[in-house]
Amino acid sequence: MNIIVCIKQVPGTSEVEIDEKTGVLKRSGVDSKMNPYDLYALETALRIREKEGGTVKVISMGPPQAEQVIREAYMMGADDGVLLTDQKFAGADVLATAYTLSQGIKKMGDFHLLICGKMTTDGDTAQVGPEVAEFLNIPHVSNVRKILSVYDEEVITVEMDMSETVEIQEVLFPCLITVEKDIYTPRLPSFKLKLRTMDKKVHRFGLKDLEDQNRYHYGLNGSPTQVLKVFPPPKKDVNEVWRGSGDELGKRLAEKLKELKFIQE
Amino acid sequence: MAKIIIHQGKAENPQKLPDICPFNAIEYTENTLSINSACKMCKICVRKYPAVFEYLEEVQPQVDKSVWRGIAVYVDHVEGVIHPVTYELLGKAREMANKIHHPVYCLMMGDAISHKAEELRYYGADRIYVYDKTELKDFRIEPYTTVFEDFIKKVQPCIVLVGGTTVGRSLAPRTAARFRTGLTADCTILDVQENTDLDQIRPAFGGNIMAHIHTPNHRPQFATVRYKIFNAPQRSKIPSGEIVFEDIPASRLKSRIRVLEVRKKEKVKSIEDAEVIVVAGRGVKKEADLSMIRSLADRLGGMMASTRPLIEAGWTDPRLQIGLSGRTVKPKLIITCGVSGSVQFVAGMNNSETIIAINTDPKAPIFDVAHYAIIGDIYKIIPALLKNIPQKGIHDVL
Repeated sequence: MNIIVCIKQVPGTSEVEIDEKTGVLKRSGVDSKMNPYDLYALETALRIREKEGGTVKVISMGPPQAEQVIREAYMMGADDGVLLTDQKFAGADVLATAYTLSQGIKKMGDFHLLICGKMTTDGDTAQVGPEVAEFLNIPHVSNVRKILSVYDEEVITVEMDMSETVEIQEVLFPCLITVEKDIYTPRLPSFKLKLRTMDKKVHRFGLKDLEDQNRYHYGLNGSPTQVLKVFPPPKKDVNEVWRGSGDELGKRLAEKLKELKFIQE
Repeated sequence: MAKIIIHQGKAENPQKLPDICPFNAIEYTENTLSINSACKMCKICVRKYPAVFEYLEEVQPQVDKSVWRGIAVYVDHVEGVIHPVTYELLGKAREMANKIHHPVYCLMMGDAISHKAEELRYYGADRIYVYDKTELKDFRIEPYTTVFEDFIKKVQPCIVLVGGTTVGRSLAPRTAARFRTGLTADCTILDVQENTDLDQIRPAFGGNIMAHIHTPNHRPQFATVRYKIFNAPQRSKIPSGEIVFEDIPASRLKSRIRVLEVRKKEKVKSIEDAEVIVVAGRGVKKEADLSMIRSLADRLGGMMASTRPLIEAGWTDPRLQIGLSGRTVKPKLIITCGVSGSVQFVAGMNNSETIIAINTDPKAPIFDVAHYAIIGDIYKIIPALLKNIPQKGIHDVL
């Protein structure tokens, strides 16, 4: 059973603010971490490996320092890792990111199952997984909240969360799933594994390592969407500010709710 | 190839420039500035220091925009029951279509749904394309994508709007990738230019910034929008528009997925449907105190919701979370109790009609969006409030 997990390095905090006068982003920290949703994807892969045997590989795209998240995956138990890194990948939107990942995955050899987290905390789009599946021409199931069974490197049965209903889907390998938060509780990185994998190689792929070397399919050139500008979220005017004792405020609020017809007299 | 070039000599304090990039893409090593692959081409550096950073664009072959006409809306439904986000999108589609004099289309696919499409004729669609096939009974990604592809090839719409539902968020990216075109997820503002370019505005970084995105050279332009972002139009009295039945050979609808069972989820009313919401925030000191918040919600005939820290503490159900990583809500009334108002939270509720915020900290960001900013302690105000709300008898509740 060969499993590949897509992971991403994201900013350690999403507390980004914009200076309204200059339009420049103010960062409160420079640290970064593995996208929290990817921890669930990796944990799912490791659990399946524990039962079925096989390997768990991870793949990421990002600047050279994104190697750190691959190391983190090693500390959790991943067997191998690839970092797609090249200046020509810069400025990639969802489509170009998904395409680059799919090209990298093709270089990693045969797999049965590809797992992605639900979404990332910086982009929040939840779209890369389905697009990767499209480029690899394999079926995908999103919002998987439970793995019901894995049969003999042939088929996986999962529970898909459809908000109103739950669909039990049986999918033939190879396929891609995106998993919900809380499918399993992610394990912590192990110190033992940290020591053992300190010198472990992280493979690096650039454009020249990929099957499709047309640079117009990658990075900004391969991105149909472009960011025109970024700006701070709009603020609404505060209408009224109330101060006073708890009793006064409670009473006044009750009056207001009556006035607004949320409480019947 | 579009890129940013650096004029090294022009920088006065080159060691400080890495700080202006929100993506850590500018590096300063060995007295040289460089841009690494983290660059998102947001061009903040170009705007801020035009002398140092220059943006170079390369001309690419242009798409013929005139052959892509019409705004299409994907009809999200469960066994023919149309999801209300569909009507909200139809309203927006009509508004934009009128601006560019294009038609509005609907795409509805499923099994035994033909008669349900009739309802769409009351919401301003010019043509409703229906694919009614047994193979489309349950949502499976490959046949649904194939039908979507068939529709787009036939109709060639310039814009495709899809609701940000579970199905929409799976189907829209897959179809967009098939056409190698752009998709912007969770747009909160949409507008259209005369040349049919779609202005897409969406929150990023957990809602801390808004991004204005466009798709200048690809068609169709895909956007997903969550439920309750736009307003649904009034149902018109007279139906209009025509229903077009499309067929597709069953051989093209094969799938490697089998749906073994579709189970109704135990009916938990979702906070997205609640008209009144009372939110518990970090100001609630212990789990037992949630009962106070719950009684307030009950008395107002509404639902309790919560912020992320309470979910993480395991006090409340994740389905009750408001915010970008939870649910987006737009109730008639929302009362936040001890919620500071992180931007990710506010992005999930700032379209509520009336916002009342109670917090001890007068500087709490929640007060920036509140219509009524009540500075005080929830442990004093809510009990006083409850005393002044008539208690419903048990028979009233049932």
